[in-house]
This record gives sequence, structure tokens and C-alpha cells, in this order.
Amino acid sequence: MNVVVFVLILALLAIVVAIVSAPLRRRPAVPEHDEQVPQAPLAADLAAAREAKYQEIRDAELDYRTGKLSREDYEAVDAGLRAEAIEILDRIERAEAEAGRSA
Amino acid sequence: MASLGFACLLLALGVCAYGIGASLYGVRSGRVEFSESGRRAVYALAAILTVAFAVLELAFLRSDFAFNTVADTSSRTTPGFYKAAAVWSSQEGSLLLWAWLLSLWSSLALFLTRKRMRDVAAYATAVLLGFGGFFVGLMIFYANPFATTHPAPAEGVGLDPLLRFPTMMIHPPMLYSGYTLCTIPFAFGVGALLARRVDADWIKAIRRFAFAAWLFLGVGILLGARWSYSELGWGGYWGWDAVENASLMPWLTGTAFLHSLMIQEKRGMLKVWNVSLVLATGTLAVMGTFLVRSGVLNSIHAFGGATLGVPFVTLIGILIAGSIYLVVSRRDMLRSEHRLDSLLSRESMFIANNLVLVGLCFVIFWGTYFPLISEALTGQESSVGPPWFDRYTVPLALVLVLLSGIGPVIAWRRATLANARRNFLAPLGAAATALVVLLAVGVDRKPFALAMFCCAAFVLGSVAQEFVRGTRVRRAIADESAPRALLALVRRNRRRYGGYVVHVGMAVLFIGVAASSSFQHASEPSLSPGQSTRVGAYTVRYVRPTASVTPQYDRAHTGSTLALGAEVDVTKNGRHVATLQPSEGFYASQDPTQGTVGSLIGGQPVSHVSMDGGVTRDVWSAIAPNIEAPALQRIIRAGNANLTGEATLVALGYLARVYLKSSPTAQFHFIVSPLVMWIWIGGLIVFGGGLIAVWPVPSTARRRVAARARARAERALARA
Repeated sequence: MNVVVFVLILALLAIVVAIVSAPLRRRPAVPEHDEQVPQAPLAADLAAAREAKYQEIRDAELDYRTGKLSREDYEAVDAGLRAEAIEILDRIERAEAEAGRSA
Repeated sequence: MASLGFACLLLALGVCAYGIGASLYGVRSGRVEFSESGRRAVYALAAILTVAFAVLELAFLRSDFAFNTVADTSSRTTPGFYKAAAVWSSQEGSLLLWAWLLSLWSSLALFLTRKRMRDVAAYATAVLLGFGGFFVGLMIFYANPFATTHPAPAEGVGLDPLLRFPTMMIHPPMLYSGYTLCTIPFAFGVGALLARRVDADWIKAIRRFAFAAWLFLGVGILLGARWSYSELGWGGYWGWDAVENASLMPWLTGTAFLHSLMIQEKRGMLKVWNVSLVLATGTLAVMGTFLVRSGVLNSIHAFGGATLGVPFVTLIGILIAGSIYLVVSRRDMLRSEHRLDSLLSRESMFIANNLVLVGLCFVIFWGTYFPLISEALTGQESSVGPPWFDRYTVPLALVLVLLSGIGPVIAWRRATLANARRNFLAPLGAAATALVVLLAVGVDRKPFALAMFCCAAFVLGSVAQEFVRGTRVRRAIADESAPRALLALVRRNRRRYGGYVVHVGMAVLFIGVAASSSFQHASEPSLSPGQSTRVGAYTVRYVRPTASVTPQYDRAHTGSTLALGAEVDVTKNGRHVATLQPSEGFYASQDPTQGTVGSLIGGQPVSHVSMDGGVTRDVWSAIAPNIEAPALQRIIRAGNANLTGEATLVALGYLARVYLKSSPTAQFHFIVSPLVMWIWIGGLIVFGGGLIAVWPVPSTARRRVAARARARAERALARA
């Protein structure tokens, strides 16, 4: 092994150690409820569910407008979807209130 | 530089081990900084393997035969274009490519999910690093790409001539990208089960990667089919070969997942099914790699040795047992939130489509692994051939194409019979028209092909109707011109309309498959110059022989030392159609017993196919010139006895001249296949549709649409 290769290996090792150890060298760990922490599991799940429900409402509307749903069926489906969306919004509100209280 | 490469592998293994430990410790103890450090270990792995790959690539480009891998799979006469691709033609190089692509895709996935699902992502990091560590371990302990020999041989063996084909430059990276991308949903699936977070969020996080895996795998499969058709000299694009099947199986389960995940997103249903599909797809991707690399089953595409069987089987066993344990132990959390509203709904069609896709996968799995199963049970290895696969897959493919036409015209949740009747009119009209036209032109001898054409017409009719109606709705709402309305419609509903385009592409592809396999004309005559034969409606005449010596004059630019071929004239009803020039390339061998001249052309001969492709038909030709003709063999023997060094090329020149003059009878293979080009066009349409569906929605547009939907829901809330 020549010297250049040895130096290259050492440099690579140093870079790897620097990349991997950076989070460990920072100041104290960030607590779970800190704003830098990603969304809490429940909130993230509810946000995903809300987006999926909005998409479903839009899909139902497109199905109706393109003639795949009768007016009666659309109204029934749409009402059901809105009720489900409201339920999710309620749960998000409750989760936010709870998070606010615990903060 | 080999020591730098090997040091990279050792460092990579250390990083994998550390990253797994840090991620698991971080998520179990709640120490976020360790999870973060584990994630960064994946980035570091990508950097290390990039250096390792660059070292090996440079060795190939510089023809550094001190590297055993380079000496075994490249040579100075290998064209530079193929030297770069020769890296992944070897066992060792392809393992490095796998690990490198895995590290790159994993880094991208973990970077994009760095601010969400921290617990799931930490487990996923450990799983991905586990895969990375496994492949790096294989290289260190079984197939070291940086192994060297001193002194280095003066010349290498050369790249397998079968692989000297342009699509071979991109086929393996595409296929391996597909395989490695399959492991990302797998890793997140395992993470979601371990973290007990089998909700909507993890599905949303992996959706794009599942789509990308499906897309890359599909493109890789299609490029492989194109290579088989244009290079292998048998004229087919799919032979139900074990390695072909191995890549198709995860693609089928991946396709099923892309449909059924929509049901989970919308209805919270099929959670067990979806997570099982994700785990099965990841496992099948590893099994696909195993088949190519272990040499456990005979395949034209298997380029590996038999040394990797035990580690791969161990890994696959762990993946299967672990997956089953996780799904069974988490079954309570995987209960459906809703039930099917109606059997006449898009959900039902998706479930039916899933059953057919998984059924297809099971049939192919059984047929592919039958040799191993029969050997285990009876002690004798026996295999099943294309007719066996066709018997089961053709009817299932018909049902699948039909379902891909029914799905788009049925509403989510529920559809009434009256609406269904109205929506099916145009597609059924298209199918009926196709049936009448095909019967009128006499396409009634092949019932399966006829059924496939009608099913495809049904799909085209249903998707066309969807685009027309959607555009009309958009025009009514926004008062836009038709093209603008169409663009806006697709832009605002990328997944839906991108998916429809994919359905069109699959229908077109299956039209090509049905036509080319059912109405093909083939002939394998022995012809001398001046003689002709009939192939379907075409007359082909052997006009004159052709020959070229030394790599510089190889018409196909593949580096053959000698190419013997023919010029063939193709006519139809007396009118000239095309001039074809098929040839066979002869490559140098490393076997000194073949003599000084014999070893110049003693390697594996490879057919250089020549064809005239068109939208209605391909005229395909290959030739096997009679190199064993006594007049040619006499020259080789005389050259072996008297010539050495560069003078041996004189013997080859003389051999070519005699071949041109005496022109021994040659064995030809002619095929006239209708509509083959539509297989490749269909593939391009599928690819385009996939890109539309996977393309990220601009965030401003997403916010606008979400805000509108939120406002509507909130209005309803106020009314409630």
C-alpha cells in the first residue's frame, strides 16, 4: 500500500467519523416536545388521514361530474365523506389541544 | 488502488454495523441523536461505496488487469463503451453495484423522511443498513471485487460477447435500482410494524418509492426483453427464463400494492394485505438477485457462481420468517377500519386485480422454482417450459387487462347498475367494433389473441372516455380550451390520469405480445447465395456473403475479431422491402490449445441480428455461417502450424476472402412478427404514465387544493 492510498483511506475515515458523529457532538439532546422535533406520531397520522380524506372528497366529485355516480349516490357518498373529514378534524383539534395543555 | 477499494469495503461494513446499533439504540432509548447518527451512517455508506465503485470503474477504464475482475471480464479489445459497463457483468462488480445503488436510494429515502416518522425511520435505517452490510459482507468474504494478481496478465478474457449490446449499459442499473428500491418500502414496512405505527403516514411516506421501484423494475424488464429480442439470436423477447421470471415477480406484487394502497389510504382497509405485499415484494427482490447471482437455476441471464447460495438462502429465510412473525404478532393493529360498501365499486375491482396479480405471481413462482421443488421432493430435477407458463398466465393476463378497463369507469365506494350500463357503453362499443373488424379480416384462428385484442380495445375505449369526460368537466368549470383543460385535468389529478395512461400502455403492450406470439411466421432454411425462401408473405433471398476482420471493421462494434454474414434481400409481391445484413461475430479465446489462429476466433460466437422494424411488422434475421466448412478449417489449421504474432491476422484475412468466394451454405433464421414494435411503444407509454403519476405535485398547488377541500369540510362542519 503506498503512502497516497494510506492518506486517502485516513481522510475517508475522518470524513465518515465526522459525518456520523455530528449529531452526538451537538449540545444536549432535543426533547420530544420541542418544536424542532418532527410531528408527533398521532398528529402526523391524522394529517395524512385528513389529506387522504380531502383527496377522496375530490375524487367523489370528479366521479360524479364524469357520470360515474348518480346524484343521489354522490350526495350520500359526499355526506359520508364530509362526516368522516369532520371527525378527523375534530380529532386533530383534540390532539392539538392536548399537546397545548401538556406543553 | 485495489487496497483503497478493499479498505472502503471494510469501512462500509463497520459503518453498517455501527449504524444498525445506533439506530436501534436511538429508537429504543428515545435518544434522538443516536437515531440521527444512524441515519447519517447511511449517507456515509453511500459516500464510501461511491469511492469504491469509482475505484473499480477506473480500473476497468484503464484496463488494469491486476484486478482479477477486470482481467476476467474485460480486455484491451473490448470497446471503451462496453468497458464501462463491464463492471457489473462480473459477480463481484454487480454485488458492488447493488450495494452502491442501495446506499444511494436509501440515503434519498431517509433524507426525504428525516422530519417525519422518526421511530419508523430509525427501524427502517437499521433494516436498510442490514441489507447494505449483507452485500458488503458478501464482497469481503466471498466475492472481492478488489482481489488482485501480481504480476498482472498482459491481456484480459474480455466481456462476454452476449453483453456487448447498448441496452446492457443501462439494463442492469435499472433492474438493480428497481430491486434496491423495493427494499425501501420493505424496510419502512418492517419499521412501521416494529414501531406499531401501521397508520396512513407510513403508507404516504413510502408511496413514491414503491412507485419508483415499480417504474425502474418495469423499465429494466423491458430493456432485458429488448436485449433478448435483438441480441440472443432466437428472435423472442420473453422465454419464461428463471431470471426473467425473478424480476417479474416483485413487479407483479409491486403493481398489486400500488393499487391496494389506494384502498388503505381512502378507506383504512387491507392493512394486512398491504403490509404483506410490501414485505413479499422486498423479499422477492432479494430472491431475484439470488437467482441471478447464485447460479442455483439454469438461465441464459445467470452470470454468477455457485458460492453465494448459503448466505442468500439464510437471508431469505430470515426475511420470510421475520415478515410472517411481524404480521402475525401485529394482526390486532392491522384490522380494517371499514368494510366494502358495494361489490360494484372501484375498491372491488382493485381487490379483484390484486387477486389476479398475486395469482400470476404464484403461478410464475411455482414454475420458476419447480426444478428446486422437484429435486427436493423426488431427488430428480425437472422443469416446466413456456407452454406450461402460457397455459396459466394467458387467461390471467386476459382477466387483468379486462379489469384495467373496468376499474376506470366505476366509481369509488358504490356504483349503480344504471350508471355502470351507461359508462360501459363506449368501452363495450370499442370492443365490439374491434371484434367485428378482426373477424372480417380473418383473425379468428387464435381465440386467445382475439380475446386480448377485444379486451385491449375495451381498455382504450374506457380510458378515452375518461379523458373526454374529464376534459369536458374541466372546460365547463374553468372555461378553457380543450388542450388546456386536458393538461389542467391531468396536472390536478396526476395519480388518477397517470394511472390511466399506464393502463393504455399495458393494453398496447399486450396487443403487441398477442399479435407477435400468435401470428408469427418463422423459417430456418439453409441457403446458398442466390437461393431464396418464403417467410409469411415475404420472399427473402441470400444475395451474397459478407465478411469483416479485426475489431475496427466489426459492423456491430462489439470487438469481434471476425464477422461472417450475408446480405439478404427482402421483397413482398415483387417489391423491395429491405436489405438485411445478419452476421455472426467470432471472438478471441484464451485457450492456447486452439492454436495461434484458432484462438483468435475460438471464443463464444454471437449472432448479430439484422432486422427491418416497422409499426405493422418486424422482419428479423440471424445467420449461423458454416465456419466448420473444410475450406475454412484448412486455412485455420495451416495458420496454426505456420503463423504467429500479427501474421495470424493474415490467415483471418485469407479465411474471409475464401468465405466470400466459395460461400458455403449458411443456416438462416427468419422471423416475420406483426406489431412487435407496439411492445416497446406500449412500454414507453407505461413509462410516461408512471412518470406523470409519480411526479410530485407542486406544493403551492397542493396547498391551494387542500385549502379548498378544507374550506368545504369546514363549511359542512359549521352546518352540522
